[in-house]
Amino acid sequence: MSTSTIAAPRAATEGARAADASAPALEVAGVSLAFGGVTALTGVDLKVAEGEIFSVIGPNGAGKSSLINVVSGLYRPNAGCVLIGRKSFAAVPAAALASLGVARTFQNLALFNGLDVAGNVAMGLAHQDRTGLFGQIVGSPGARAEEARSLVTEILAFIELTAIADRAPGTLPYGVRKRVELARALVSRPKLLLLDEPMAGMNAAEKADMVRFVRAARDRWGATVVLIEHDIGVVMEISDRIAVLDHGRKIADGAPAEVRDDKGVIDAYLGVAHDDDEIPLELAGAA
Amino acid sequence: MADVAFRLAAPSRRLTSGAVAGALVLASAYLLPPLVGSTYLFEAILLPFLALSLAGLGLNLLTGYAGQLSLGSAAFMAVGAYAAFNFDLRVPGLPFVGSLILGGLSAAAVGLAFGLPSLRLRGFYLAVSTLAAQFFVQWALNKFDWFSNGSASGVVRAPDIVLAGHVIDGPVERYLFALTVVVAATLFAVRLANSQTGRNFIAVRDNETAARIVGVPVLRTKLVAFAVSSFIIGVAGALWSFAYLRTIEPAGFNLDRSFQILFIVIIGGLASIRGAFFGAALIVVLPLALSRLGQAAFGGAFDSGVLELSQRVLLGALIIAFLIAEPKGLVALADRARARALRPFLKPPYGG
Ligand SMILES: Nc1ncnc2c1ncn2[C@@H]1O[C@H](COP(=O)(O)OP(=O)(O)OP(=O)(O)O)[C@@H](O)[C@H]1O
Ligand SMILES: [Mg+2]
Repeated sequence: MSTSTIAAPRAATEGARAADASAPALEVAGVSLAFGGVTALTGVDLKVAEGEIFSVIGPNGAGKSSLINVVSGLYRPNAGCVLIGRKSFAAVPAAALASLGVARTFQNLALFNGLDVAGNVAMGLAHQDRTGLFGQIVGSPGARAEEARSLVTEILAFIELTAIADRAPGTLPYGVRKRVELARALVSRPKLLLLDEPMAGMNAAEKADMVRFVRAARDRWGATVVLIEHDIGVVMEISDRIAVLDHGRKIADGAPAEVRDDKGVIDAYLGVAHDDDEIPLELAGAA
Repeated sequence: MADVAFRLAAPSRRLTSGAVAGALVLASAYLLPPLVGSTYLFEAILLPFLALSLAGLGLNLLTGYAGQLSLGSAAFMAVGAYAAFNFDLRVPGLPFVGSLILGGLSAAAVGLAFGLPSLRLRGFYLAVSTLAAQFFVQWALNKFDWFSNGSASGVVRAPDIVLAGHVIDGPVERYLFALTVVVAATLFAVRLANSQTGRNFIAVRDNETAARIVGVPVLRTKLVAFAVSSFIIGVAGALWSFAYLRTIEPAGFNLDRSFQILFIVIIGGLASIRGAFFGAALIVVLPLALSRLGQAAFGGAFDSGVLELSQRVLLGALIIAFLIAEPKGLVALADRARARALRPFLKPPYGG
């Protein structure tokens, strides 16, 4: 079903970005989520236009990861719905996510340690495999396997992982593993890319690389990006728009400059966050 | 770009050196024992080794690769053995290989049924639920003597293995037959482990959530693992009964056997095709070596009771030692030893 999203070159992204009024790539409407007595999200609305880099910020426990987990189908919201492209879901089917053209990374690394780096990246194409078990055992790798291999090679070169393609992820530094996970998400050329703190635990140089990759994902392949990030400098630099969550509610949504000057945001988040900016990074690095 | 070329060339180079090693092992397995082997070698060592290796191979696909812990291996062996017996007995004109495959398929069906809890249960809880297979199959074999063609004890003599009119007779021929079955199953397992399904096994084992998100059909993958694993274990059970013991008896497929297969996989090396063979070799040779050593050291005092006990103690100690010191098993030890031996001949980038 999704082969066309891989083979066909994407429509010019410039056009898509200009046409903000067209159907959003992602819409979250009135989503609420609670775990027992703990409310994680309360009536959150979001509209992410195609080709946008859309950041979600907020203090620890604000509900950012929960939001991405709802969008990727890991959590089922108690109320509201999620629109991906033109399809609306009360609960997004996680198993069909990749086929919907959505890929994500996780706040805590979620690599397959028994596969090498190239194998991990290739798993990003797992949803395309249609060969039955029998065909896999007796058949020879077909044209599709060739195509998959060249996609993996290309993305490894792009994310600058070629030299370590056959290393086990467990032997790599944390920042490099984060890049492997990004490569796994990018290899299928997703229409929508959900990144949960991809730069956590990285030094400035590594972050700059990551910023470059995320930008390229949008500019080259037209991906729409939803980014959770604690580093306000990075967020301000890279985002087209920013939403701010606090205690599960969206308290602001707009262009970087608007959000930066928003009184509520300054009170709730930025003023505080600036001082302990390092803390979440430390925590994530230790995880 | 040079790196890319290297990377793309590497698997095929690894493949050819692996193929050469495999061909050497194969040639010696087919040629050496028939030339030099005694009946004792075949009956006491090689035949049980082959059957247990095959069972270990099957369990390793499920537990080592797909990460689903099972304590039901002996039950699936029993299903394979008794089903092959019944197909052989009740379907006139069915060639033995047909009975063997149908025996494996029957084990796959039972394995699939007892694999269903894996869709909800994990780890320890799944292992306990696979115990149900163990108790259910043993109960069914004792309760319904139809399975053993009316034998009250459930014990039956295994019919001869007949291939294209030729009766497989004597230890050497039974060995060659079992070896051929094991080789075919091993080739299948190697292909499987290197296929998308094999990588899906590993993905589900390492991170089920991430596997689901990238579009691995998690539930189907688990069930395929149970079915394929049980198929191979079922064929192993048939080999155990037809080629090695030449009787089929429920007692040989008890919980002890399930644990034995699990130990083979743990000691040999999880998620490794060779691991099952290494582990089975150790499990088969250990009691024999121990008995020789004990006799030599303590003479008559080292009777079968002491042997049994010391064997269990040593095995237990080995398992704990491996789990702590080398969770990747004998395979990892062997690889390290080989790397050390080859190091002087290799240039730095490959020697590390
Ligand atoms: N699986 C879960 N079970 C129970 N509570 C959860 C679960 N996931 C999230 N929560 C709770 O929901 C709230 C929001 O958590 P979430 O992880 O979404 O925050 P976050 O904004 O991503 O924080 P951080 O910046 O620390 O990653 C927290 O109170 C958290 O404890
Ligand atoms: Mg989070």
